[in-house]
Amino acid sequence: MSAPSSGGASRDGYGAALLELANDPRVVVLEADLGKSTKSCHFRAEHPERTVSLGIAEQNMVSVAAGLASCGKVPFASTFAIFSERAFEQVRNGVARPGLVAHLCGSHGGIHTGTDGSSAQSIEDLAIYRTIPGMTVMHPCDDLSAKALTMQLLNHKSPSYTRTARNKTPRMYDEDTIKELKIGKASMLREGVDIAIIACGVMVHKAVTAANNLSKEGIHAYVVDMHTIKPLDTELINKLVSTCKGIVTVEDHSIIGGLGSSISEYLSTTKPTKITMIGVEDRFGESGGSEELLELVGLTVERIEEACRVL
Amino acid sequence: MLEDAAKRCRQHIVKMVHKAGAGHPGGSLSAIDLIVGLYGTQMRIDASNPNWTDRDRFVMSKGHASPAVYSILHEIGFLSQSDLDGFRTLGSVCQGHVDMKWTDGVDFSAGSLGMGLSFGIGCALASRMDEKEYNTWVMMGDGETQEGQVWEALMSASYHNLNNLNIIIDRNRIQNDDFVDVQMEIGDIASKVASFGWAVKEIDGHDMELVIDALQWASSTASPCAIIAHTVKGKGVSFMEDNPSFHGKAPNDEELMLALEELQ
Repeated sequence: MSAPSSGGASRDGYGAALLELANDPRVVVLEADLGKSTKSCHFRAEHPERTVSLGIAEQNMVSVAAGLASCGKVPFASTFAIFSERAFEQVRNGVARPGLVAHLCGSHGGIHTGTDGSSAQSIEDLAIYRTIPGMTVMHPCDDLSAKALTMQLLNHKSPSYTRTARNKTPRMYDEDTIKELKIGKASMLREGVDIAIIACGVMVHKAVTAANNLSKEGIHAYVVDMHTIKPLDTELINKLVSTCKGIVTVEDHSIIGGLGSSISEYLSTTKPTKITMIGVEDRFGESGGSEELLELVGLTVERIEEACRVL
Repeated sequence: MLEDAAKRCRQHIVKMVHKAGAGHPGGSLSAIDLIVGLYGTQMRIDASNPNWTDRDRFVMSKGHASPAVYSILHEIGFLSQSDLDGFRTLGSVCQGHVDMKWTDGVDFSAGSLGMGLSFGIGCALASRMDEKEYNTWVMMGDGETQEGQVWEALMSASYHNLNNLNIIIDRNRIQNDDFVDVQMEIGDIASKVASFGWAVKEIDGHDMELVIDALQWASSTASPCAIIAHTVKGKGVSFMEDNPSFHGKAPNDEELMLALEELQ
């Protein structure tokens, strides 16, 4: 078990947030044998009396969290994103339906998770959780934003699912800009003119890189970190489409049901706008290095640039 | 006295299901003596303060037997007759399956089997973390133990040594489609639960004296306890007894009259 690192992966931000949230006695952490990976291990080390180990049993973990929530606790349960899906019905029927506020974190989300192979690469988690009424769904892009958003869950009124990532990513926020971060309010990372790139998770820094490159060609793209997939920040989207001729969405997630889908659903029924969705096409991954896999499925800076040029 | 209450509850159950034209009379009638015994001797609750944080919790995991729960909640002042009359109708506090979001006195939202014990573990952990005195009682069906999550939960409750948590298994031997041993034999459930670290007692779930004694035993034993209650599905109405077709079927007008005659 390593200490929380600075400039780490979003899962490090989650772990750091739990430690700070421990000051509130209502906070309880639940684990299913992956605390070292999801980073709830730091909370466990400091507060074993408020950490509940359920073993490799995700369905039980989620339902235990529901029971804790019903008795006034604020439970934070985590496992790999993919294994959380095993407890989808427990989240749907046991947590969200009765209106209980429990928080689920799925780490190692996305195809970039890498060499473990396709069984560990959740590319549908954001899609399935956002279908649950009243559920907040988030996918922060770096450790600072993951920490800030997790901290805000302490007094959040809805159950939530947060996807964190395994790998370190460059920080998109600093100690000042992070103060503006709010659940449900997307962050404008880069101002532009006529195109908007809306991204989440590990793809946000690639979106910024692409926008920086494009500016040298005279194409000025906004870059938005849509860390909250649900509720969607439609206010910002409305503002963007009033000046932009098109939107490029970028996510390490299936193009079916994720960030791109949710923006398309909104705009197609309000202000039809040209959208290019960059994500994992309808396919599974395989073993490989993170960057190799992202390249394999077309989640690259070059592809984002090309999509913007074509738009 | 509790026997009289159980008889009134049986009448409520068949009337409710008949009026709704749908519901689960069989598993409600098999469970009702256990529920009346529990509410009559163990549950510390307050109808004037249903959300009292220190109340005992009752997690009805076999939530299709909701008429049994609504009937006892009516008897002790949580629900009115008109609440019972609205069972399964739009906007009613008496939802098809028990639901904590809709009904004062209901501590769990059921309907999908196998989740209640896990939820009860959460309640029991919260009680212990907060150094409270409240206990959690979970009722599940015997067919329900076919769900794998039940065994995840049984394992974790004894691992966490939850003295304030007990379960009652309504061993009525019938599930939705047919008899349990036809659908999926569950075998010697008492031995299986005991092997997961629980104290186990088997009783006749319709003998009120034995029910009360077993509940007191569970309440005072310093480990999670399981009461395996051997019951008769549809108990109290001859043509529903041991009859799989009344798992989830409402009596018609004539059958209601016959049932109420038998339940006088």
